[in-house]
Amino acid sequence: MSNTDFVLAIEDLTVSFDGFKAVDGLNMYIDHNELHVVIGPNGAGKTTVLDLICGKTKSSSGSIKFKNRELTKMPEHQIVRAGVGRKFQTPSIYENLTVYQNLEVSYPAGRSVWGSLTFKRTDEVIERVNKIAAEVLLTDLLQTEAALLSHGQKQWLEIGMLLMQDPELLMLDEPVAGMSAKERDQTADLLKRICQNRSMLVIEHDMEFVKQIAHKVTVLHQGKILAAGTMDKIQANEKVIEVYLGH
Amino acid sequence: MKALSEKLLGGKQGAIALAILAMVLFVIFPLWLDSFRLSMLGKYVTYAFVSVSLVLLWGNGGILSLGQGIFFGLGGYCMAMFLKLEASDPVSTKIQTTPGIPDFMDWNQITALPWFWEPFKSLPLTLILILLIPTLLAFIIGFAMFKRRVGGVYFSIITQAIALILSILIVGQQGYTGGVNGITDLKTLLGWDIRTETAKYVLYYVNVCLLILSIMLARYIITSKFGMLLLAMRDKEERVRFSGYDVSDYKIFVFCVAAMISAIGGAMFTLQVGFMSPSFVGIVPSIEMVICAAVGGRMSLIGAVYGTLLVNFGKTMFSETYPELWLFLMGGLFIAVVMFFPDGLAGVYDKYSKNFKLGELLAKFNKNTVKRIGDML
Repeated sequence: MSNTDFVLAIEDLTVSFDGFKAVDGLNMYIDHNELHVVIGPNGAGKTTVLDLICGKTKSSSGSIKFKNRELTKMPEHQIVRAGVGRKFQTPSIYENLTVYQNLEVSYPAGRSVWGSLTFKRTDEVIERVNKIAAEVLLTDLLQTEAALLSHGQKQWLEIGMLLMQDPELLMLDEPVAGMSAKERDQTADLLKRICQNRSMLVIEHDMEFVKQIAHKVTVLHQGKILAAGTMDKIQANEKVIEVYLGH
Repeated sequence: MKALSEKLLGGKQGAIALAILAMVLFVIFPLWLDSFRLSMLGKYVTYAFVSVSLVLLWGNGGILSLGQGIFFGLGGYCMAMFLKLEASDPVSTKIQTTPGIPDFMDWNQITALPWFWEPFKSLPLTLILILLIPTLLAFIIGFAMFKRRVGGVYFSIITQAIALILSILIVGQQGYTGGVNGITDLKTLLGWDIRTETAKYVLYYVNVCLLILSIMLARYIITSKFGMLLLAMRDKEERVRFSGYDVSDYKIFVFCVAAMISAIGGAMFTLQVGFMSPSFVGIVPSIEMVICAAVGGRMSLIGAVYGTLLVNFGKTMFSETYPELWLFLMGGLFIAVVMFFPDGLAGVYDKYSKNFKLGELLAKFNKNTVKRIGDML
């Protein structure tokens, strides 16, 4: 596979589970500073694509290159250290720890066993935690146990935990699912703010939300790309209307 | 330096709790108990090492090992082998067919000391091996399990199986291990008689010192970022993995540390009690140790120590009068703890000592709920 200028280049990616091809010969490219949204009906393979990129699922064939580094053979923690962050669909935070601790644990230093034993809470760490907490609107709740946060706040906290690592590619799986209208707007603002200087890959069902944030949209259907382009083009595409958007 | 001492002691509250424990073990018990009861207490203190290791491993790391007896036993056997060789000098074993080897080997027609007994002729080497062998075994088990992401009940069952295998192996290899009787008739440590009253007191104090050092080591780990990661892993392992950490490395490390702490307890057990046998290696003692930690509080290093002492005193008292009822009581105790006091004695203590702050907590919670409802509207 040749090298490209893209941040993420997925080529001929296929994964099959007992013969069922969840992702089938997928080609997809993400540019620097691009906010790319993947939409599609249930079972289209959207989450599987994220699983493949972050190493949770191993591909059957094909290549995923992040800044021209092959990810398909790398263990998960190496992929993260290379600069790929991933948020799960249901908020995945450490409920027993405080918001502060959740963010601090995600700080990308002291990642080895020895490093974590000798890790010190320096001013730099504190400053970064405060900065990110402000970014995700949780400054007032830093000392609160994460279990007590609202659903929307938990989603933000997880985004904040990823921002602590300052990933070059940030992947979010349905970040506004279950959010109130107000929270959804705040999240759209948040995503627009944080996609400066990094690329993002977002899975979302909420079309209004997609319109608000997307630079580029890919529609997946049965593991294959049905259409790709700007939101306006996608909404006018007849095939997309037929299988996904409805008339 | 200040930060380090804070980490070892666990802040002001932790330091006070540790000081009280030290006071109880160093002063109150030796003054209160006669030497028979005190040496019994010394035995329980050696079990407390295992409870401390379980607080680290199970309470904080969420890794339930039902085979800590493996490491306790290995530590104990290493110490016993050294003491046995010292007790088997050619003069005192001159009536044997082969003088100079342990008596049970002679009974089993073994005529030369097996190679793996050789290192135990030297005390420094023995002390190193007490720490090294259990840790190495823990590393091998941990590496094989955690790198393949075996966890939860599967891990517990496998550790239990290994405990069983090891105890069967020891019983079966009578000529090399002393079999079901274990290694007995231990007399001196570098010529110092460990069976005298004074020796029992000295060993008891050494034992308590080591226990406190182990608690401090565990405290350091728990209060460092490593400890926070353990809690995070217990809660959401995937999230930790996808935050750039190699989860298995952490689990292997904490399993090794827990094994080492248990082994120290085992070695002290041999010194205090004067023998070691397979009945401290297998499934039953391993599970009893888990119960002790649970009763004391699996999240509390200090609580687990009290729990261990209490359960074992209870066991001794109760089984003196109603031997056949003890096991039922033990089972009932475990169920009661799991059902009603998941955080054990320490949890009960925390609840009542912090009771007056409950209102504050509720207010905080309400504020959040109100905010949440407000946000939704």
